[in-house]
Amino acid sequence: MCLGIPGKIVSIDDMVGVVDFWGVRREVALHIVDEPVVVGDYVLVHVGFAIRRIPPEEIDNTLAFFEELSAEDLEGVVPRPRTEGA
Amino acid sequence: MKLPFSDESIGMKHGAGGRAMRALIESVFMDGVEGEAALMDDGAAIPWGDRFLVVTTDAHVIKPIFFPGGDIGRLAVSGVVNDLAMMGATEVLALTSSVILEEGFPVELLRRVKASMQIACREANAAVLTGDTKVMGKGEVDGLVMSTSGLGVADRVVRDGGLQLGDAVVITGTIGDHGLAVMSARHKLGLEGALVSDVAPLNLLVRAAMLAGGDAVHAMKDPTRGGVVSALAEMAEKADLGIVLDESSLPYSEAARAAADLLGIDPLGVANEGKALIGVRADALDAVLAALRAHPLGARATCIGRVVDDPRGAVLLDTGFGMRRLFERDGEPLPRIC
Amino acid sequence: MNAVKTRLEFRDVAVGKALRARLQHAMERAGREISVMHVCGSHEQAMARYGMRASFPRDLRVQMGPGCPVCVTDAPEIDACIALASQGVRVLTYGDMLRVPGRAMSLDDARAAGARVEVVYGANQVAQIARESKEPVLFFATGFETTAVATAALLLDNPSDNLVVLSAHKWVPAAMEVVAQTPESRIEGYLAAGHAATITGYGLFEPFVERYRIPVVIGGFEPLDILSALVLLTEQVVDGKHEVVNAFPRCVTREGNKKALAAMHAVFEMGDGDWRGIAHVPSGNLVLRKEFERWDARSRFGVELAAAPEVEERAAASECRCGGIMSGLAEPSDCQHFGKACRPDAPIGACMVSTEGACRIWFEHGIEGRR
Repeated sequence: MCLGIPGKIVSIDDMVGVVDFWGVRREVALHIVDEPVVVGDYVLVHVGFAIRRIPPEEIDNTLAFFEELSAEDLEGVVPRPRTEGA
Repeated sequence: MKLPFSDESIGMKHGAGGRAMRALIESVFMDGVEGEAALMDDGAAIPWGDRFLVVTTDAHVIKPIFFPGGDIGRLAVSGVVNDLAMMGATEVLALTSSVILEEGFPVELLRRVKASMQIACREANAAVLTGDTKVMGKGEVDGLVMSTSGLGVADRVVRDGGLQLGDAVVITGTIGDHGLAVMSARHKLGLEGALVSDVAPLNLLVRAAMLAGGDAVHAMKDPTRGGVVSALAEMAEKADLGIVLDESSLPYSEAARAAADLLGIDPLGVANEGKALIGVRADALDAVLAALRAHPLGARATCIGRVVDDPRGAVLLDTGFGMRRLFERDGEPLPRIC
Repeated sequence: MNAVKTRLEFRDVAVGKALRARLQHAMERAGREISVMHVCGSHEQAMARYGMRASFPRDLRVQMGPGCPVCVTDAPEIDACIALASQGVRVLTYGDMLRVPGRAMSLDDARAAGARVEVVYGANQVAQIARESKEPVLFFATGFETTAVATAALLLDNPSDNLVVLSAHKWVPAAMEVVAQTPESRIEGYLAAGHAATITGYGLFEPFVERYRIPVVIGGFEPLDILSALVLLTEQVVDGKHEVVNAFPRCVTREGNKKALAAMHAVFEMGDGDWRGIAHVPSGNLVLRKEFERWDARSRFGVELAAAPEVEERAAASECRCGGIMSGLAEPSDCQHFGKACRPDAPIGACMVSTEGACRIWFEHGIEGRR
């Protein structure tokens, strides 16, 4: 039982996808991922199951947020990571 | 400083290349032994006229015997040639090869192993000149066990204990490839990808480095079982100095990096069979790196750290987020694949 | 998007340095010691792997709580599996569980004595093994909510009749309640586990922060994820706020993974349970629903977890401080046996056996704590 690891779907056969983790590939079950996925999507994988489709824009958002948070002149203004509307 | 040893029976950890194995060797094999053997270096150096004969021996029990990027035969030849090279003996005079076969072992596989050995020998300008063959009953030995010895000649002997304060620590290429490739194959982890063993004879690469660096090359060791951590720990201990590694400079293949993340394994603790660690005086670093990089096996040679005097006998890793001490494992790292 | 480049950007050293400075600044404003807790072995591993503890501000205590699923798996559950394995049942388990001692021995000891105990790496592997076997196959299902959904998916996908599941799954938010209610607890904020929250969503922490008036920040696992989450958490503590903040939006949403949650709730219900070291955790266990009785070890094998025989524990075991360590009341280095009588090759408690246990992580990374 370990960390969830992000990887990219390179092929799908019914409920099983082949996910590429930066050059290393593994079969992953797609039964419980939160949204429909297609080849090219990034997913978070845990114990052989995809548990989240990672929206690419969220990666950019987070990196931008890190930049904001690490900027020095933000006394008193606490940046928040942008969340989905909910 | 002698390691404590009180085990009463042999465990797998005693073969893993780390502290437990060294403790066993010190306590059982080195007890009452002095002189060259007591140095427990990669090989033994015998003065011969104005040069040195270097002799070494190795045994191979690897499973599976064919793995991505190599096989037991290539490993047997490379292992021995590299031990000689680590002592400064890049000219190989002779190799020997003993095989112990299990009843039922397919002859076809044996032919493949031998063919692979011949290729490795050609790469090293070496030849197997004599050998031995034994067969044991089914179940008495596992498939194929090989033992190889090598005899080389060196103008100057380089010790793994020769590091000096301020030296740069160089590695000749990417880290962890062999161990991760074998682990993936052995545990049938279902990882398809570019994970390939780096097994290769390094004597000609090392010769280039020694020509470029001369006596500024203070120490060498190949990070086989136990990985870079074990090898550096031993080098630090023997020199009574410390080593600080810079994580951002550690070279990895993308596949190894990914596999290590997936398996939860630190590639620094995993075997390499085609890489060398070289401790070189700082003012010769550029020349040695240039010589290594000019050779196909050294394309990703890089400086990964420095030798310090505090803390002595320790290997530290500067991650960029903090410092942590690297420890040798007692046994083989186990994958925790998701 | 270049994936390799992006992954490494979450480990950017310069940004990390700036975030650390911000954390330091917050602690200077506080002018006192602050203790926060995380509840995930993977967070502790990430901090150890990057040597982060050595660089935290001196007065910021980041305690590991009950975040090691193997460590909190109670001895009777292990003993039940050992008993079945010793009777000839084929047992499948996640690797970490192998060497954790029950009251007298571990599954690994049982294996050495001839029992068929095998390590698996995923629930889909379990399904395959069960399908290919003619005899009963017992899956010792340990892990928190993220792992429980895989077991749920397994049971919802036409499981073969010979599959038997002993669920030792646990639900972390319930344990957070227990810790928050502990009178001696000085924890002023929680770093929640990003992957568990990927499943559960962060909405479930909203009643928690209201009730205890303690902030919760959901954090990811790359070094910048951890640092940014700690900044957001510490600043809330210093400013007297108690909000739920999602610092891991690329994986966590408010509602979570509804499909996975639905699967989990279809298969499991919450039950009271005993967590090793922490004792009673109301609604802390995930128990198979009656509809899944025929795959439940409790009905198939009559396993009664509470009734495991009393066996005298080894003397040192009674001095094991795992429980206190998991409740955030002590650190591994506070234990007299840490690194001496208790080491990975000769562990006394589960925290030293499991790769997600605080003691094991600290030992392997040479973390010395405040001793």
